[in-house]
Amino acid sequence: MESILQVKNLTHTYGIGTPFQRSAVEDVSFDVQPGEFLGIIGHTGSGKSTLIQHLNGLLRPTSGQVLLDGRDIWEAPKKIRDIRFQVGLVFQYPEYQLFEETVYKDIAFGPMNQGRTGDELDHAIREAARLAGVRDEHLEKSPFELSGGQKRRVALAGVLAMEPKVLVLDEPTAGLDPAGRENLMANIRDYHRNKGATVILVSHSMDEIARNADRILVLKSAHVLMSGPPAEVFARSEELLSAGLDVPQVTRVAMALRARGVNVDSAVYTAEALERELLALKRGGAPC
Amino acid sequence: MSEMIQTESLRFAYPVNEGEKPVYALRGVDVAIEKGSFVVVLGHNGSGKSTLAKTFNAVLLPAGGKVYVEGMDTLDESLLLDIRQRVGMVFQNPDNQIVANVVEEDVAFAPENLGVPTEEIRRRVDAALEAVGMEEFVTHAPHLLSGGQKQRIAIAGVIAMEPACVVLDEATAMLDPTGRREVLSAVHRLNREKGITVVLITHHMNEAEDADRVIVMDDGRVAMDGTPGEIFSQVARLRHLGLTVPDTVDLLDRLRRNGWDVPLDALGVEDCADAIARALGKS
Repeated sequence: MESILQVKNLTHTYGIGTPFQRSAVEDVSFDVQPGEFLGIIGHTGSGKSTLIQHLNGLLRPTSGQVLLDGRDIWEAPKKIRDIRFQVGLVFQYPEYQLFEETVYKDIAFGPMNQGRTGDELDHAIREAARLAGVRDEHLEKSPFELSGGQKRRVALAGVLAMEPKVLVLDEPTAGLDPAGRENLMANIRDYHRNKGATVILVSHSMDEIARNADRILVLKSAHVLMSGPPAEVFARSEELLSAGLDVPQVTRVAMALRARGVNVDSAVYTAEALERELLALKRGGAPC
Repeated sequence: MSEMIQTESLRFAYPVNEGEKPVYALRGVDVAIEKGSFVVVLGHNGSGKSTLAKTFNAVLLPAGGKVYVEGMDTLDESLLLDIRQRVGMVFQNPDNQIVANVVEEDVAFAPENLGVPTEEIRRRVDAALEAVGMEEFVTHAPHLLSGGQKQRIAIAGVIAMEPACVVLDEATAMLDPTGRREVLSAVHRLNREKGITVVLITHHMNEAEDADRVIVMDDGRVAMDGTPGEIFSQVARLRHLGLTVPDTVDLLDRLRRNGWDVPLDALGVEDCADAIARALGKS
């Protein structure tokens, strides 16, 4: 299958020619397949946010390329807006970007700029609201009357309304409570599954990435440290920890158990999976 | 007087439009925070935990009942400066808390306003930055720092005031795991070494593991109050209150339902592994 998104030798340097000159992303390459759920993880300052702002052309690479469906997104700089309709970016704390009088109008902003009108526009707005979990009775309210979690859903709906084929989310659940986090992730999973959209999720939470992503890209000091399915990445937990990253709590329990002579797979990252292994061990069978 | 903060039948309602009924965010809260303790306040969004925190240094004033800070009534306007000097507050968003163009000036802001002598300010700023692991950034510009670094500067700014109590209102919510660990270890150190009372409002259950006491808020009231072990072993009740339990407790809970003899209060990774190893006869 052809990659939907390709990042080739991407470097981005801030403040060229000033004392603050610093490469936030250096020679980063990776491919994203259509319909994939990619998780990007890395600690503060590792270059995650700079990297994803290249995916829809908000930042222009200092060197290297970003290809969408095999074509350089900067091939025709005047058409960069079309790229932004195809690659939807939900920033950190997107609720600070709401500006319209009503929730309905705020969600309408993107699809209106795409040139949609009438019933088609109305349908896109209501569908996006439904997908993002915005309640019908909120559509005619001012976004500023809503709670933080509800506002965030409105901001997500505003991006979903453009029906991007690639959805990029920067820390979508930061600051939400556990129930709010789980609900929002369920909405994002639904969008991924039902629309066949490609999703790129940037998160600090290893647990969140572990539970949702097909593949994980680990960034460290502007470079890709590792990339692979969750089980492969967490099998290298020691390396992750020494890179200053977290590993899921369950993985740490598995590591501690191995240190105590209990033969469990140290790449396990959910409580269900570790429970299964331990039950199998107790029965005397080989862990599955 | 051994209470740092004490509330009595505390009620609070946010202002509403004319003609609407006030919605109470706090509906009768009685808590006493002991001096020198490390207390974590949990609760889902809208449970009243942040509102409660903001009454602790008179950012919000009671609509009913009382809040006392070292015995000082927060409704007494003449005590306001004393109260705010005793209880420092760190908020969620670091961008809203930075006031100066240079890190050291930002950290010096509070002691300067308190009229602390220059040499003493220098000492406090250096000590505060060291306490949050930001001593290298003394002369940096705060707006060029990452979110996590900015938050540690904000915490240093509060510490430089040398308060008796620090209230952190979801101050770790915007930080990455490393930043969160650094901030937590900094506040634990302040608590341990300087005896500063810490009240930590958070969504992150595992930040409560090392607390002396955990208070769970729900619907403007105290729903649970106890040691971390006592609180987290009540898995069903926590889930009912819209909270999750740490994965360690979830795992132990699953094993118990399969008839394993493991305790539910082994919160830490090492304790949890010990309990499981014992149950498997490997200790």
